[in-house]
Amino acid sequence: MAKEMRIVLRNADQINPEKIEDYLQAGGYKALEKARSMSRQDLIAEVKKSNLRGRGGAGFNAGMKWSFVPEAPVKYVVCNLDEGEPGTYKDRTIVEKDPQRLLEGMAICGHAINSNQGYIYCRGEYPYVVDLLRRAIDQARDNGVLGDFDIEVRMGGGAYVCGEETALIESIEGHRGEPRFKPPFPGVSGLWAKPTVVNNVETFANLPDIVMQGGEWFASIGTPSYPGTKVLTLTGDVVNRIPIEVPTNTTIREVIFEFGGGIRGGKKFKAVQIGGTSGGFIPESLLDTPIDADSMRNIGATLGTGAVLVMDETRDIVDIVTRISKFFEHESCGKCNPCREGTFRAYEIMKKINNGQAAPADLDKLALLSRVMTKACLCGLGQAAPGPILTTMEHFNSEYQARLQI
Amino acid sequence: MATIQDIITSYKDKPGGIIEAYHAVQREYNYLPEEAVEFAAQVFGISAAQAFGVATFYSYLSVAKRGQYIIRMCESAPCHIAGADILIKAFEDALGIKVGETTADGKFTLELTECVGQCQGTPVITINSIPYIDMNPEQVPTVLALCQ
Amino acid sequence: MITLTINGREIQTPKGSTVLDACQAAGIPIPTLCYDPDLRLAGSCRMCLVEVKGRPLFVASCVAPAENGMVVETESPAIVEARKVTLELLAARHDFNCQVCEKNGDCKFQDYCYQYGIKESRFEDGGRHVYPIDDPNPFLERDYNKCIMCTRCVRACEDITVARAINVKNRGHNAKISTAFDGDLADSPCVFCGQCVMVCPVGALTSKVSAGLGRSYEVDKVLTTCTYCGTGCTLELNVKDDKVVGVTSNRTLEGSPVNKGALCVKGRFGWDFINSPDRLTTPLIKENGEFREASWDEALDLVAKRLGDIKAQHGPDTIAMFSSARVTNEENYLAQKFTRAVLGTNNVDHCARL
Repeated sequence: MAKEMRIVLRNADQINPEKIEDYLQAGGYKALEKARSMSRQDLIAEVKKSNLRGRGGAGFNAGMKWSFVPEAPVKYVVCNLDEGEPGTYKDRTIVEKDPQRLLEGMAICGHAINSNQGYIYCRGEYPYVVDLLRRAIDQARDNGVLGDFDIEVRMGGGAYVCGEETALIESIEGHRGEPRFKPPFPGVSGLWAKPTVVNNVETFANLPDIVMQGGEWFASIGTPSYPGTKVLTLTGDVVNRIPIEVPTNTTIREVIFEFGGGIRGGKKFKAVQIGGTSGGFIPESLLDTPIDADSMRNIGATLGTGAVLVMDETRDIVDIVTRISKFFEHESCGKCNPCREGTFRAYEIMKKINNGQAAPADLDKLALLSRVMTKACLCGLGQAAPGPILTTMEHFNSEYQARLQI
Repeated sequence: MATIQDIITSYKDKPGGIIEAYHAVQREYNYLPEEAVEFAAQVFGISAAQAFGVATFYSYLSVAKRGQYIIRMCESAPCHIAGADILIKAFEDALGIKVGETTADGKFTLELTECVGQCQGTPVITINSIPYIDMNPEQVPTVLALCQ
Repeated sequence: MITLTINGREIQTPKGSTVLDACQAAGIPIPTLCYDPDLRLAGSCRMCLVEVKGRPLFVASCVAPAENGMVVETESPAIVEARKVTLELLAARHDFNCQVCEKNGDCKFQDYCYQYGIKESRFEDGGRHVYPIDDPNPFLERDYNKCIMCTRCVRACEDITVARAINVKNRGHNAKISTAFDGDLADSPCVFCGQCVMVCPVGALTSKVSAGLGRSYEVDKVLTTCTYCGTGCTLELNVKDDKVVGVTSNRTLEGSPVNKGALCVKGRFGWDFINSPDRLTTPLIKENGEFREASWDEALDLVAKRLGDIKAQHGPDTIAMFSSARVTNEENYLAQKFTRAVLGTNNVDHCARL
């Protein structure tokens, strides 16, 4: 029987998230103290050794990312709390249960890159999380635990694309959330053109334990190439629609059938989409894949944010992908041509298929458009948008064929 | 009620704070009147065209007048398979307006939204940002009655 | 220097240059729509994409720094496919009316459609925005049905003229170039300099003053200096059948050293007086309250005599010379020299000394 392993949710439901005293009593801020007793190089080396990879989707080695940050008088630590991937509620859960852990993680990063200013970019859909975080920051300031590191919370305005790190930076700067071209990468020129580390909530929340228990300890958990735990959020036709935290060598089958309790209403499994609405669709035959990012990539899927959308045998794949196409059409920022026009046309073609009005040539057109968007779009939104289309065309092709006009 | 000028001015020392200022205006006025966009442009030293560009980029911000209670109904994939379409129809029928419209008495505005991050309880709606989870059409009158 | 391989050729390029710079210097054509050497980079049109060995995604060459050892392909089948799809996507939103378009023959989008054989768009299936063409200003035609969203106009307005009249409103497929509240240009900070017309790669922004008078391939472009003020901007008079039908910018540093193509409303749009029948073509002398035509000799003799009489009768300090910024430095010099040496007074002034 697979078991949960709690690192970032260690204190969840054990402490009162509104009280810093509870967090301190549970050993909170000891890691920051320890980190500050280490040299910056040693701290970065320890995080590198842990092989902690970004939990926001891209999966880049966090310590490595920090090591690219050049010396500069002003640098920023930015936390991505723009949790916009449909089906995802993990960052909200982490922060609602244990906000001080995030602040401590950010302060550890601040020490590693020599920055004394952090920003948390929280999505506009979570005003109550913004309020909670502001209270938590006030308590941490009053307690003096953050030292000279300060954190400000900024609220997004309802734009999925702002989960992309450069769009997020543009938004903090008060602009339209349009992604920048890279290079320069934020590590070199980010917020207000200063070196900036952008990491996801879950990435920061892992740091206190990595500092306290060592990089080696962390690296030994789960799949070696993507070690540690991952918080997954279950939704859709699964019995238990809950957040869970599991080692990264847990399989998709275990997630759905053990933690999730299987399919609702005694129905059969049909498909699962993992990592958010840009994730690939996974059929029954691939359920024994471990959830780590590399294993997922090998089957043409993603770990992404760790959202797990389960679909039972009655679900209409073409209809769901049509809905997903509308999502991308709505959320494209409009800056680059292939995404602005491509997401619009992909939705148009999907609607046509869904309405039973499409011909085989429409499928070819959709496949061509998807193939080009994957490689030609400016940012991850447009590059990932065709994922659900391409994976369902591969694994559930008969459903598309059945919809075509003869 | 604080004036638009006072609200926006209180954010003037926050670099890039125009989005925060817009949120604050909307908390009082439910939308961004033209004078808010123009004044914000002055305060934050950007052009009115840019301030308008920002105001129209984000789906939480609206330059069109809205009602006192803004009901946003999620239609992302998890809510979609949980019956969001039926729920949306139920709200439209109960209020006698379509998505994007405001009731004649200025009380309710119906909007669609993408995921609001409460997918443990689909389908989800929010009323003035407060989430209501595991919604079904039968609950619509009860939820509307809460808006007093 | 950086050494990289482009289409199998080894190419050297200075450090700090982009892949696009390297291609252009080596004479390898790369299509671009949003790129403009005088504007801040956008990297958004995705026409200049190239393949770089070892990189999973296509690379926008206009914003990609050239690196040692890069192996670049600029016209591989995958790149050509991507460019064709991008052109088709744009074609599906673009109002193709080349036969009546001012920009026919001088349109980058038309050129690339020709080059890549885009006769029609497979993606056109309704859903196109139809924008009214109704900005009532006398100078600028704004037809957003032809706009390809390269944002060069926005960047030119912000960075060259600094009028900041326009930006992008909405997002995604609903994104559109717009003034604040999407109103008329006359109600915005627009100064009608037409820098947006200068940089627009398609027929979305054109001159109303030149509408219907001739396409770029029908006109001779005569490089001259603007006569409106003392700045000395260079402009190109567009001449067709011996008549001026428009003004365009010469954007080269050699051709246009003062203004590099940038003009103001007067220089760009204020040329139609040239063909006016009301223009004076001979000097006029007023006699008994009525003007009559005169020859230059007669007119100059009269002025010389009257100035001489006044000077003799009342003294030279009763005369003053007031000169203009609309004449050249040389003419201004002559004017003050004439006033001091011939008229014998220091009463010299100039309209630019306000």
